[in-house]
Amino acid sequence: MFTGARLLILLVLAAGPAWARVITVGPSRQVSSLQAAVAAAQAGDTVQVHPGTYREGNILIRKPLYLVGVGYPVIDGEGKYEIFTVAATDVVIRGFRLINTGSASINDIAAIKGLDVQRMKILDNQFEETFFGIHLSNSRQTLIEGNTLRGTSGARAEQDVGNGIHLWKCDHITIRKNTVTSHRDGIYFEFVTRSLVEDNYSHQNLRYGLHFMFSHEDEYHNNIFQNNGSGVAIMYTRGVTMTGNVFEYNQGAAAYALLLKDISDSRIERCQFRNNTVAIYMEGSSRCILQDNGFRENGWALKIQASCDNNTLTRNNFIRNTFDVATNGSLSLNTLTSNYWDKYEGYDINRDGVGDVPFHPVSLYGMIVERMPTAVLLWRSFLVFLLDRAEKVVPAVTPENLKDEKPAMRSYDRG
Amino acid sequence: MIEVNKVCKRFGKLEVLREVSATFERGKSYAIIGPNGSGKTTLIKSILGMVLPDSGSIHVDSVSIRGHWNYRRQIGYMPQIGRYPDNMKIGQLLRMIRDLRPDATTTDEELIRSLHLEELYQKRMHTLSGGTRQKVSAAISFLFNPSILILDEPTAGLDPLSVETLKEKILKEKEKGKVFLITSHILSDLDELSTDILYIEDGVIRYTNTMVGLKKETGEDKLGRAIAGMMRKDFRLQP
Amino acid sequence: MMLRLTKHAIYDILRNRFVLFYALFLLVITFSLFSLDSDPGKAVLSLLNIVLMVVPLVSIIFTTIYFFNSYEFIELLLSQPIDRKVIFFSEFLAVCLALSVAYGVGVGLPVLLLGGDAGAVYLVGSGLLLTWVFVALAFAASVSTRDKAKGIGVALLFWFYFGLIYDGFMLYIIYSFSDYPMEKLTLALISLNPVDLARMVILLKLDISALMGYTGAFLKDFFGTSLGIVYSLGLLLVWVLIPMVYALRRFLGKDV
Repeated sequence: MFTGARLLILLVLAAGPAWARVITVGPSRQVSSLQAAVAAAQAGDTVQVHPGTYREGNILIRKPLYLVGVGYPVIDGEGKYEIFTVAATDVVIRGFRLINTGSASINDIAAIKGLDVQRMKILDNQFEETFFGIHLSNSRQTLIEGNTLRGTSGARAEQDVGNGIHLWKCDHITIRKNTVTSHRDGIYFEFVTRSLVEDNYSHQNLRYGLHFMFSHEDEYHNNIFQNNGSGVAIMYTRGVTMTGNVFEYNQGAAAYALLLKDISDSRIERCQFRNNTVAIYMEGSSRCILQDNGFRENGWALKIQASCDNNTLTRNNFIRNTFDVATNGSLSLNTLTSNYWDKYEGYDINRDGVGDVPFHPVSLYGMIVERMPTAVLLWRSFLVFLLDRAEKVVPAVTPENLKDEKPAMRSYDRG
Repeated sequence: MIEVNKVCKRFGKLEVLREVSATFERGKSYAIIGPNGSGKTTLIKSILGMVLPDSGSIHVDSVSIRGHWNYRRQIGYMPQIGRYPDNMKIGQLLRMIRDLRPDATTTDEELIRSLHLEELYQKRMHTLSGGTRQKVSAAISFLFNPSILILDEPTAGLDPLSVETLKEKILKEKEKGKVFLITSHILSDLDELSTDILYIEDGVIRYTNTMVGLKKETGEDKLGRAIAGMMRKDFRLQP
Repeated sequence: MMLRLTKHAIYDILRNRFVLFYALFLLVITFSLFSLDSDPGKAVLSLLNIVLMVVPLVSIIFTTIYFFNSYEFIELLLSQPIDRKVIFFSEFLAVCLALSVAYGVGVGLPVLLLGGDAGAVYLVGSGLLLTWVFVALAFAASVSTRDKAKGIGVALLFWFYFGLIYDGFMLYIIYSFSDYPMEKLTLALISLNPVDLARMVILLKLDISALMGYTGAFLKDFFGTSLGIVYSLGLLLVWVLIPMVYALRRFLGKDV
């Protein structure tokens, strides 16, 4: 059989580099070793892997290759190894089931690791019980699409799990239609620029569904972030565009659907925030535009710290949130206008759809709760009702200039 | 037979009954007299179980009434001031009371007829005069043919005709061997109705005797005078 | 006998028409809240204040007045061969039943028909329990005194205390001890006030997101589970039982 394999390789080689050859790997085929196939393949070749379980340790790829699984062959890291380590351009990995990577606290063991890769494609793979799922560094123009990533099951501490899709110092990456769960962070970016993240579903990750910093000019569209330990955190970044994303059920003491820390010149539009403890927490952020978003049944729709300035909130719906806006300062340098607030009790005499008196979204009791979180237990009591009424009649504590001058009378219908 | 044994009751600081003992026997009619606030009504209510004595015991037919309520089947009670649910009509009230006594197989409706209550069935209780209320109370007290009748000021407020009707009824039932306990300030009524007399003052039974005995003792023929004589004697006794 | 008596007591309550007005009043409020707001969830929130304040107030005042007005009736009953316990429970049952039906018709049915999500169900349920709690408190206030004005005064005080003063006191404690962990303390404090308990049950449905922000794990472990709901509802029942048993004991030893 060995000679058979060699013969095949010779034949393939003899065909020359003029066109890509296909090497077929399977338990009952001439080439049963994936390692051997990769070693034998030449740049641009296709390695077609048939169903079976392959336990071959770490597979290092240093040349352009098309690795294609047929019927999801299982590549088992046996709890010890990193599975694919790619250090080449134009590599495609498609249709594999990658399971049981090793795990370590010093190095980031991944199911697929890319080092300095370009034009790589990671498509339609299933990841299970992996420490890191996809780990790219120093890479460019890569597509990650249609993968399902499930991290270590049963892990409770953040250090026991790695990130689902982890990118460090990358550029022009597209991440699309992936599902990530049970990782530390679902998607993690550090120094990743001009990249696109869309239609992904990141849920039940231990820490953040999406976490990035120093990652400028990236776009995030139509992703769903659900039930993650602490929601989504983005930090130290400018030029973020987020549209059509859904953030829901991120609940807990330190859970924010979206944490904005030192974010500037960014847009968050048409996103839905539902049933989160805090929908958006903003700190040190400037010149961000938040418009056409929906905030529904959150504990706090917006916590905006006094360190934020020149942000604009328009045409957002605020419906059935416990508290709409909370702030720690008395002075606010941000603009709120034309939002719909279901707590607004003003009138509209000229019937232009705009309330005739401004709305102050910060309630007295909201401010008390900011200082004494325990006081939230008295919410909706008659005492609080009276306090808030009194404050509305004679405003004394709530910031006078934090207000919506043109509150909408009706909620914006967005299908 | 009712035995009251050393019953004490105080309302706050006020001692209303002090070691009151008395026996009430079948076929007899007892007049309970005494000044206002002497403890007559409290004694009556104690027998009815409406007031709970602080100490002492009350037995009806040799059974202690404490914690019991069945014995009240044998008692008909006519309160001093009959108070009834305001919005009820007389007819509704009587119907309700009958409904609450499924144990009573036969009812005695003689008084309802003789006091002409049927004509007033559609009247609401709060529209009634004091006298009409008394009539209702009287009718109710005799309704279930009880063997013990406790009447607290039965004739007060009644028109003379009704007083006579009620008296006739009392005498008629007495003949059947029932026990009557009657309080009244109208001594002439008691003169006709009672066989025995208890005089209460400040929660103590000062004097008991049969009517005949009292009259003999004081040499008076009318109860009013006899009482007055007894009281004078009583005062003379006290230094 | 109990049923006969209850029946007569209910007749008596209905003759007075107040309960009918109460049901109608609640019905009008509920319907107008639901028709003013396209979002049934918001109407439920507006109803919350009614349920937490108006329902207890009406329950406690009505019951107290009813008790004093039926004093004559009770007197009459006491001279009849009827157990005092039976008299007490029939009266209690009659008032509870009448007010519950009024509440059910005025709030329960329309809410369940118009916007019956989980929050609404809990709102209706805790309002019902609050009705019973305040009926029991009213009985406790009524049997303690012979004076009607005093009885109503005590009843009003109960309402004011549980509805407002207690929360002020709790806010003060929270403020004073804000540097200390106090989950268990606040839980105990809430347990000692039926209105707060009812409010918690509803908060757990309507504002769970915000509650999770406050030491999420503790409250989630406690209230987030069905155990927390069972605890709250069970405790509300205890809040019915304690004043009821107190009132019963007083009533059994009461002179009329």
